[in-house]
Order: sequence, then C-alpha cells, then structure tokens
Amino acid sequence: MGKRTIVPIGPYHPLQEEPEFFTLTVDGETVIDIDVQIGYNHRGIEKLSERKTFDQSTFAVERICGICSTSHPYAYTRAIEDVIGLEVPLRAKYIRTIIAEGERIHSHLLWLGLAGHFLGYNTVYMWAWKLREEILDVMEILSGNRNNYAMFKPGGVRRDIKKEDIPGVIKKIDSIIPTLEMLKKAVIDDPVLHARTKGVGVLTKEEAINFCALGPTARASGIARDLRKDCPYGAYDRLNWDIIVTDNGDVFDKAVVRILETFQSIDMVKRCLLSLPDTEIDANIKNIPPGEGIGQIEAPRGECFHYVKSDGTNRPARHKIRAPTFMNLPTYKATVVGETISDATIILAAIDPCYCCTERMAVVNQKGKKLYNGEDLVRLSQAKTEKIKSRGGKFAARTKGIK
Amino acid sequence: MNRSDILKDIGERFKGEILEVFDKSPKRVYIEIKPQALVVIATYVFKNLGARFNIASGLDTHKHIEILYHFTFDEINFLISFRVKLLKNKLEIDSLAPIFEGANWIEREICEMLGVNFKGHPELKRLLLPDEWPQGVYPLRRDYKEWDDSSIRDRGL
Repeated sequence: MGKRTIVPIGPYHPLQEEPEFFTLTVDGETVIDIDVQIGYNHRGIEKLSERKTFDQSTFAVERICGICSTSHPYAYTRAIEDVIGLEVPLRAKYIRTIIAEGERIHSHLLWLGLAGHFLGYNTVYMWAWKLREEILDVMEILSGNRNNYAMFKPGGVRRDIKKEDIPGVIKKIDSIIPTLEMLKKAVIDDPVLHARTKGVGVLTKEEAINFCALGPTARASGIARDLRKDCPYGAYDRLNWDIIVTDNGDVFDKAVVRILETFQSIDMVKRCLLSLPDTEIDANIKNIPPGEGIGQIEAPRGECFHYVKSDGTNRPARHKIRAPTFMNLPTYKATVVGETISDATIILAAIDPCYCCTERMAVVNQKGKKLYNGEDLVRLSQAKTEKIKSRGGKFAARTKGIK
Repeated sequence: MNRSDILKDIGERFKGEILEVFDKSPKRVYIEIKPQALVVIATYVFKNLGARFNIASGLDTHKHIEILYHFTFDEINFLISFRVKLLKNKLEIDSLAPIFEGANWIEREICEMLGVNFKGHPELKRLLLPDEWPQGVYPLRRDYKEWDDSSIRDRGL
C-alpha cells in the first residue's frame, strides 16, 4: 500500500459556489475515505421562524435558498394548509405549479451548466446559463422578480397572472426549445462526456434506499418516486405526465434525468398557462388553529419537507425545515470512495448540492429594526476580524498584518 | 397494502408499545409510542413495510423533549409520524443510524440543537453549530438564553 495523503477541498474553493469542507483521504489517485464538515452557512432559520408571524415566515423561508427559492414557501404554505385542512382555489394551484415548474427549469439548467464547468466543458456551461436567462426573464414577467418571487401566501398566491402576458410568455418559452434540444444532444451524445461520466460515482438502488435519497438522485438509481405523482398537489394530477427514471445511478444518468425533466417542465408550464381556470386566487385565511401540519413538495433537488406546529397564536411554535440536500449529500459515502480525485468533484456535484438549504440560513435582521447596507457589512466584517485578532490564538497569527 | 391494513398491522403487532393514535386526516396519522420500542417499530416500518424515512423533528414542550419520526408510504400517499416523548432529566433514546444511514445526520442535528443523546450512533459529533459554541447550550430549547453578549452577530450594530 502506498502513502496515504489527505486532500482538503474547501471551505473556500474556486470550484465551489458555497462554503463546505471536504477531507479526502487518498492512496495515490484513489479516494479511500471522505468526510465533510458543514455549518458555514448556518444562521438558525428554524429558531428565527418561531419569532416571526405565519405570514412573515413565508418570506423568511423564501430566502433560505436563492436557486430553489419557491420550494420552501411552497412546502411551508402547504404545511399551514395541512394544519387547517384547507384546499386552495384551483387557479392558485395552477399558478403555484407554473412558478414551481419554472423554477425547476432554471434550477436544472443551472446545475447542467455547473456540471459542464466541473468537467472542464465550459461550452455547456455558457449555453445552459444563457438559456437560463430566458427563463429568468419569463419569471420576471410572471412574478415581477427574476428570483425570490414572493408569489406564495398561506391559502393561495399573492399575484395573479395577467391574460395579456400569456401569449408573450409562451412564445418566449417556445423560443428556447430548439437551443435546448441542441444542448441535450451535445450532452447526451457526446463521447467525451460518456467516457467521463458513465459508470462514475454509482449510487445503487439499495444504497439510495438506505440513505433515503430523494429527487433526481434517487430517480437516476431506479427509484420511481416523485411527489408530484405520488402525492399529487398543485395541478399535477390534471396534467398527463410520467416519472422519468433511469437505472444506472451514475453521474451520466443523473444528468439525463435532469435534462429530460427540463423538457417535461417546459411542457407543464405551457399547458398550465393555456388552461388557467377562472377562480379566486386566495382562500383568505383568517386564523390558524392549534395543531400540527406537514408540507411536502417535490423541489428541483427532491422532496422539501416542512413541519409546522401551531399553538393558536400568530406564530409557529415549531417550524422544522428539511431540504432535499440534507438527505442527498450523505450519499457521498457510498459514491466517492474507490473513485479517483479527479472524479470526486463531479460526483459530489452530481447530487446538485445546496448547502444554503441544508443549513437553513437567511439574511434577515432578527430585531427587524434595520437592514444592513453595504457599508455596514464591511464594518461588521472588519469589526469581527478585529475581535478575533484581539482574542488571540491560531487565527490571529494567520491574519497578522491584514487590515 | 392500503392505509387501513398498515394501521391495523402496526396496531396489532406493537399493541403494548402504542400509547395514542391520532388520525388527523386521510394522509396523516400521528402515533405516540414508548421510547424503548422505537428501534423495533422503525425497523419494521422501514425494512418490512418499505416506507421512506422523511426526517425526524425535535420539539421542546416545556415538560418533555418530543421527537417525531416521519415515515412516508409513497405508493399510497400516506404519512405516519411516530411521536416519542423524553423526560428532560433523561434525554436518551436509541439511535436509528445503525439501521439506515438516512437517520445519521438528523440525529447529530437534534443532539446539538436539543441535547438528546442517541445511544449507539456511530459518530455523534456536531453538524451545524460552530466550534466556539459552548457545550451544554442548546439553541432550540425553550429556556435558551443568548450566551455571547459581545457577539456582533446578534447585536445587529
């Protein structure tokens, strides 16, 4: 046996968008052990939510994650509706579905771009993100925002979709389909990508069940589970569609599942827009009775789970948030060991990790007095560095002379 | 198996271990069980009935620390939450992590947030809280008090 070496990745690394710290123990090129340390993004949103009213928490949880920003309010509002035992009006269901599927399109495209980037195939990165811009424009037309749409409220949606916007939106969505077809061929038929991703980082069906893997990570391993089908919510039971499942569980299959789901979501958005029913968009909830509620929805990365306990006041007594990456990330134990260092990055990226969600953070001033501006944040950062320096220890030695 | 078969099966098999059944809606049932029976019931539900473990959620109810273990039966759109109540002077329960990996991280999280000891967990170390967080301070407890007066994070300049 050769010499064992430890290769650290992170907490800050040019390939990672978010801070996390992987420790790879390697023997030559092969990874023999891996550990992860997270918590760099933890800001205690569950605790924070207990101090906010039910309405405010909708917006607080929207800020947990910038990419799947709708999945958290969706699961949260469904949890509250479960406490009450309420069905939202049909039009609100359709609008929620449109927003959630629009988000799935841009989230999957974002992942596809990043995966290309991780593999050194920057053409895919550029094309995917260019297409994503078009979808963000569509979301801006529908909700007023490119991200953090603020469309959800307990009992319905906050904003209606105007009839005159619909033809323009459909035209815009149609315009990206040919380019997306080209991108699909560039990824699925490319022999270099096959060599790089097929049979790499395999998550077997048994392991996927053992780790309770979710979403595309599980579906690529042959588990036909999709909450949109299994526990229909929104307008999904009115749309005719099938769960996309592949069997190999490797990085390539995870990419295939996401690409095909993107096409499916485009189709769903179009059909929902064309068949928007004409009803109210809000059930006008007056008060929330004591009780417990659970909201589950299929976010782009898998099931997003919210548990809310109400004690009859206007604040949640407990709000538990479980994002899909919390269950998907630990699968690295089964997929990375035995592979080479160069493959480790793409295997870790293949689950589409989202650490913001996993650690549930939010940029919200707890006391609600004042939001920070840029200067405040610089001052805060300097004050913290000074504080750590004055405390002494290892860190002080490292930052000596840095102003 | 459909919903009533599952409930009947669990009810008969673990008759002495079930304290209370709350049938909330067609999709949700909350079952309170004895803490010492958790491993047997969870193993049966996960391995034999093929349910998926969603997550566990801990809660401080003043008298007890309550943990809910949520299991979903995807095929029939049905969710059972097993509730265990632990007395505050004896916060210990058997770990589910040796049975399925999915319980590993959440037990680490509940341990650091509420101070529950999971017996038999392979690696019960911190998951989210920073290294400088003091031992024995649990942020999701009702009696949690701000411990770091000088913290700029909480003072909100």
